[in-house]
Amino acid sequence: MTAPDAAGLRRLTRELLAAHPPATTGRTDFLRARFDAGLAWVHYPAGLGGLDAPRSLQPVVDAELAAANAPDNDPRRIGIGLGMAAPTVLAYGTDEQKRRFLRPLWVGEEVWCQLFSEPGAGSDLAALGTRAVRDGEDWVVDGQKVWTSSAHVARWAILIARTDPDVPKHRGISYFICDMTDPGVEVRPLRQITGEAEFNEVFLTGVRIPDSRRLGPVGEGWKVAQTTLMNERVSIGGARVPREGGMIGPVARTWRERPELRTHDLHQRLLTLWVEAEVARLTGARLRQQLVAGQPGPEGSGMKLAFARLNQEISGLEVELLGNEGLLYSDWTMRRPELVDFTGRDAGYRYLRSKGNSIEGGTSEVLLNIVAERVLGLPVEPRNDKDVAWKDLTR
Amino acid sequence: MTARTEEGQVPDLLYSEAEEDLRAAVRSLLDDRCDAPQVIARTESATPYDPRLWKALAAGIGAAGLLVPEKFGGQGAGHREAAVVVEELGRSVVPAPYLTSSVVATETLLALGTQDGPVAALLAELATGRKVAVLAVPFSAVEPDPSTVTAALDGMLGPIADAAAADVLLVPTTDGLYAVEAAAAGVAVEPLVALDLTRPLATVTLTGATGTLLADAGTSLAAVRRGLLAGAGLLASEQLGLAEWCLTETVRHTRERHQFNRPVGSFQSLKHRMAQLWLEVVSARAAARNAADTLATGSPETPLAVAVAQAYCSKVAVHAAEECVQLHGGIGMTWEHPAHLYLKRAKADSIAYGTAGRHRATVAELTELPAP
Ligand SMILES: Cc1cc2nc3c(=O)[nH]c(=O)nc-3n(C[C@H](O)[C@H](O)[C@H](O)COP(=O)(O)OP(=O)(O)OC[C@H]3O[C@@H](n4cnc5c(N)ncnc54)[C@H](O)[C@@H]3O)c2cc1C
Repeated sequence: MTAPDAAGLRRLTRELLAAHPPATTGRTDFLRARFDAGLAWVHYPAGLGGLDAPRSLQPVVDAELAAANAPDNDPRRIGIGLGMAAPTVLAYGTDEQKRRFLRPLWVGEEVWCQLFSEPGAGSDLAALGTRAVRDGEDWVVDGQKVWTSSAHVARWAILIARTDPDVPKHRGISYFICDMTDPGVEVRPLRQITGEAEFNEVFLTGVRIPDSRRLGPVGEGWKVAQTTLMNERVSIGGARVPREGGMIGPVARTWRERPELRTHDLHQRLLTLWVEAEVARLTGARLRQQLVAGQPGPEGSGMKLAFARLNQEISGLEVELLGNEGLLYSDWTMRRPELVDFTGRDAGYRYLRSKGNSIEGGTSEVLLNIVAERVLGLPVEPRNDKDVAWKDLTR
Repeated sequence: MTARTEEGQVPDLLYSEAEEDLRAAVRSLLDDRCDAPQVIARTESATPYDPRLWKALAAGIGAAGLLVPEKFGGQGAGHREAAVVVEELGRSVVPAPYLTSSVVATETLLALGTQDGPVAALLAELATGRKVAVLAVPFSAVEPDPSTVTAALDGMLGPIADAAAADVLLVPTTDGLYAVEAAAAGVAVEPLVALDLTRPLATVTLTGATGTLLADAGTSLAAVRRGLLAGAGLLASEQLGLAEWCLTETVRHTRERHQFNRPVGSFQSLKHRMAQLWLEVVSARAAARNAADTLATGSPETPLAVAVAQAYCSKVAVHAAEECVQLHGGIGMTWEHPAHLYLKRAKADSIAYGTAGRHRATVAELTELPAP
């Protein structure tokens, strides 16, 4: 069967809408039917929510569905599953894993989280110490994870753990799918700079994970994790936005509506940032055009860098612009939101939350290293951990 | 020419195959005829421009006529193609009156909208590179000031880029736009000592000169504005090419240069600076392509796209050139090393056709973000 073109997708979408009118179909039922029609992510394989069509044609489907007021799967709520777990399961999962996990993930019935970082392993993620020891058909996992976004609402987790401490750190890691409802998984809220607890500490004590939930070969978890991390960076920085669609939008609106707040200094800074936000938007658009034209460029990691810096500078400016109001904060109550929300609430919240943009998903410093070495080909810094078994590293 | 993409409003920001072919042709010509030692030698000679190089570029490759429709003897291409040429010229800091004659003067003449007569004749000569024309407007201007020269063709103008190489001066006056032969009586072109060694500046003094009136005042004003807009828009591509050269050379140098028993490019403080520059260059490319494409399609977005590109790319080019000098260490301060040519060009370019601040003011106006 050949993949459908734009006209074909439009026709299939209309057929879906005719068979399951959004007005009379429940949200979950509609999303399941959409997945089964291959219209969830059209570039995925047939049978797994897609039709092997070009990724660039997804907007054709989305536009038809939006026009018909069809429910969407709220990509913000399921960001980690959609942006990171799904591409990794697709690339490394067995047929059975793909069939089991992709549909509920996409429909949003099952939320995912990412059990990667540990108190002793953040940027140096491959240094992680959470152990997974083989016991018959199961692995027994012990360790502690931290800064785990959405762990309190997640049904599943992608997890990396050490399965061989006697080889250098990158080679002794394996990749698993962890059931967050299993005994031994304990999630504790970790309150953050904004006052709320969007991320958590996760304690893993004697958690039994069947070997059938391993993703990729034993000892090759680091390679699998690279797929996850690359997708994470693209998904954080690569969203498509209209002009003034990002953080610059609310500031520009405030500027237009409240002349009494204007000063010359703020005007210059606002214009500089407006131009930079517009250029970042164009750069993102060019990146997507390259992807469509089949010339994937390394611009993806650059986009996350730009996104983090702009969000921080713009939200910082916004707090100042608001003057007396900038001195206030909406609410410090400790809550456990379901959504990871970069742009929500007020300027003070945006200012504080955006501080995470240059830390989560790889710090800006680490991304600059990646650009310097992998894009520009600059020499790596001398390392002293390359041929040392993980257990012999100093911690 | 411009393939609309799925993005809808966003223009095609990539390079077409034909554009890449054009780039390859220009680059191989410049590699042969215009390497850095030749550029430095040229800046120290009495003739700022190499006529053989100009002929090969303008007529051989047909670059001079890219913006000119075929019926006037040009290539009938457009701003996207011309931008690729400008990018390559920036990458080699080529001393050639391309931006001034083949873009700004040409675009101004085209915008007069005349189908025949002296305008068409001049366009045909510019398209083949047989003649060079420059707009007699200060290089820093975003707007012409026609009151500088009286209708009697009396007045002093400057600094005018490439006037020294021009056969024809296009002079805006209160009366309209005049074409004045540079060699005519009553015209004095006095070279100035320019910061940018690769783009000569001069003052032009007219004392009762004679010229041909090309269009009335209103038409002329709009046409000159359009010429300057195209100049500012494609200058972004020059800045892009220039910045890209600076980054590439800096990466190459710091990989090879050893201090403390390792390549200096392996030190993170340098790597981060180069990675940051890379991000700026990637972004400058998107901004410059956007400006070129909007000019090519005559989009109503053009003034904003050009202002955004200028407000952004000027800074990137200067930053890249400054980093290039610094990360080359002592060698970057020498006359023999080409880094200084790039720094001088980048800094001068940051004033040409309006500073970044001036273009930000345009952004403010167009986006309704007014000053207090
Ligand atoms: C809001 C938020 C949500 C998160 N969500 C998740 C999640 O869901 N799942 C998950 O697994 N993790 C999550 N993280 C963790 C995140 O991935 C790590 O915090 C991050 O990778 C940095 O590690 P670290 O905190 O240990 O900092 P460290 O690695 O200790 O870094 C400290 C400082 O040193 C710098 N540094 C470190 N190494 C280098 C180097 N080689 N060169 C130069 N500078 C260096 C860093 O840039 C930083 O400035 C989240 C973090 C945040 C802030």
